[in-house]
Amino acid sequence: MTTKNVSVNTANLSTKQLMNEKKSAASIKNVFEKMVPAVLFLFAAVSVLTTIAILYTLITEAIHFFQRVSFTEFFTSTNLKPLSQNPSFGLLPLLSGTLLSTIIAMVVAGPIGLMAAIYLSEYASDRVRKLLKPMLELLAGIPTIVYGFFAFTFVTPLLRSIWPEIELTNILSPGLVMGIMIIPMVASLSEDAMNSVPNTMREGAYGLGATKLETAIKVVIPAAISGIVASFVLAISRAIGETMIVTIASGSTKNFSFDVTESMQTMTAYIVEVSSGDAAAGTTVYYSIYAVALTLFTMTFLMNLLAKKIARRFREEY
Amino acid sequence: MAVQTQLYAVPAIEKKESKNKNEVEKESIFETKSLNLWYGETQALKNIDLKIPEKSITAIIGPSGCGKSTFIKTLNRMVELIPSVQTKGDIHYKGSNILSKDYSAEALRTDVGMVFQKPNPFPKSIYDNVAYGPRIHGIKKKSILDDIVEKSLKDAFIWDEVKDRLKENAFGLSGGQQQRLCIARCLAIEPEVILMDEPTSALDPISTTKVEELIQSLKKQYSIVIVTHNMQQAARISDQTAFFLNGEVVEFGKTDELFTEPKDSRTMDYINGRFG
Repeated sequence: MTTKNVSVNTANLSTKQLMNEKKSAASIKNVFEKMVPAVLFLFAAVSVLTTIAILYTLITEAIHFFQRVSFTEFFTSTNLKPLSQNPSFGLLPLLSGTLLSTIIAMVVAGPIGLMAAIYLSEYASDRVRKLLKPMLELLAGIPTIVYGFFAFTFVTPLLRSIWPEIELTNILSPGLVMGIMIIPMVASLSEDAMNSVPNTMREGAYGLGATKLETAIKVVIPAAISGIVASFVLAISRAIGETMIVTIASGSTKNFSFDVTESMQTMTAYIVEVSSGDAAAGTTVYYSIYAVALTLFTMTFLMNLLAKKIARRFREEY
Repeated sequence: MAVQTQLYAVPAIEKKESKNKNEVEKESIFETKSLNLWYGETQALKNIDLKIPEKSITAIIGPSGCGKSTFIKTLNRMVELIPSVQTKGDIHYKGSNILSKDYSAEALRTDVGMVFQKPNPFPKSIYDNVAYGPRIHGIKKKSILDDIVEKSLKDAFIWDEVKDRLKENAFGLSGGQQQRLCIARCLAIEPEVILMDEPTSALDPISTTKVEELIQSLKKQYSIVIVTHNMQQAARISDQTAFFLNGEVVEFGKTDELFTEPKDSRTMDYINGRFG
């Protein structure tokens, strides 16, 4: 009887003893615990540091360019002849190409994406939504080079059969295809924003005799506007930075124009053209791609700042 | 029992007035005939036959899950928004069956407004919240809208608190103010009936008193159906009460009679707090 009691006691004690024994190990553990935040910080810093490094490279190389070509020439000249005997480096032809293709893409993706989002969030049954949304997001997984070929070998011939004046490479076709490419982005993100509008708000509108459409347009969209604007801006950034489609389908004419039927080069396509040949390191042409890249970076950066501001201004808290 | 009478002694004085009015039999605004409702396989309402009189307050009480919220949501067909709902039977409103396919849910909801359990103002200004209803029904003129907004807010006892900040977001208001704003939003389209689904359950006692006073003042013009799980509230403000249990109407009658001399033992048990 007594032995049993003792054994229970020792069992009890041994838990304590075991814990005490572990204390020495715990001090090592403490050191490790203290190191964890520092290690994790390093991992978090990787992407920030990379961004800083990229920005640093862009700026230092672009400085070389601006030592040879003036700021005013770069930003105001409509002539871009990097490889001519008497070269000129005006950004405007590339800027017009980029802006035009982005505008065309948004004219396609904005309305279609928003309508799709309204359908998915307000009209589709759960089953249809669960089926359609992944399919829509599949569109976003298609490699851009496939879209590029789609633009060049399918959309352009189709456009030419309707509108024969269109050149073999033109800005309209890649713009349209880029629009198709970013529809899922607009639709999916806008749908997320609209879906997170609480149902009580819809009930409030239905309770006043509003139809589904009135509820969607006058209650749900205003309530979700910050998310919708964010999706548009992300889509615009994506369109500005898109490279492959325009490289393949819009040609390389450095043309300052707003005629969508013409061949035009975008900023991204110019970087591809120069960096994949022709230009020797250290030449002005070589440095010019850093200046263009820096401009591209600044544009998307400003876009994101603007988007945050707009979203905050229009935000309807709920 | 003595405690019970004590508890309701104060409202009983007010009740005398309404009793006199009730002597003239009121016409019924809603009449349900063997109304049944299912959520999928589960039956939530069983053979409901109720006549809801106009221009008075009808309270619906009962324990959670008894179908009281479901019932008032069928009165403006909000229940249809839930997938897999099936209804059988008739609800007559002003002589037509609102459950028939030809009856437009939007037209019905314009006539039968609703105030919800949690205040649900739109994320817009106070003015735009009240003007929303008139606007979707085609009223665009600013001067008319201004009048509607002012009148609705006054009728909802909230005008003095918000008249200087009509352009501010409704979410800056307190919970009680938001609920009165939601009532004002409902009044702005001049409904015949106002359905209220536990309108004070999310409010503090002082806001609750204000909303109750408001509800009483509204019954001169509107027919009100209110769901509540607060029996004192039903006793304080309503003219007649229906007691729901497991999807059935156990008892329906004048409020003071139902609370003092319930005919059914289950009603007795419920109002005495033996279950619920």
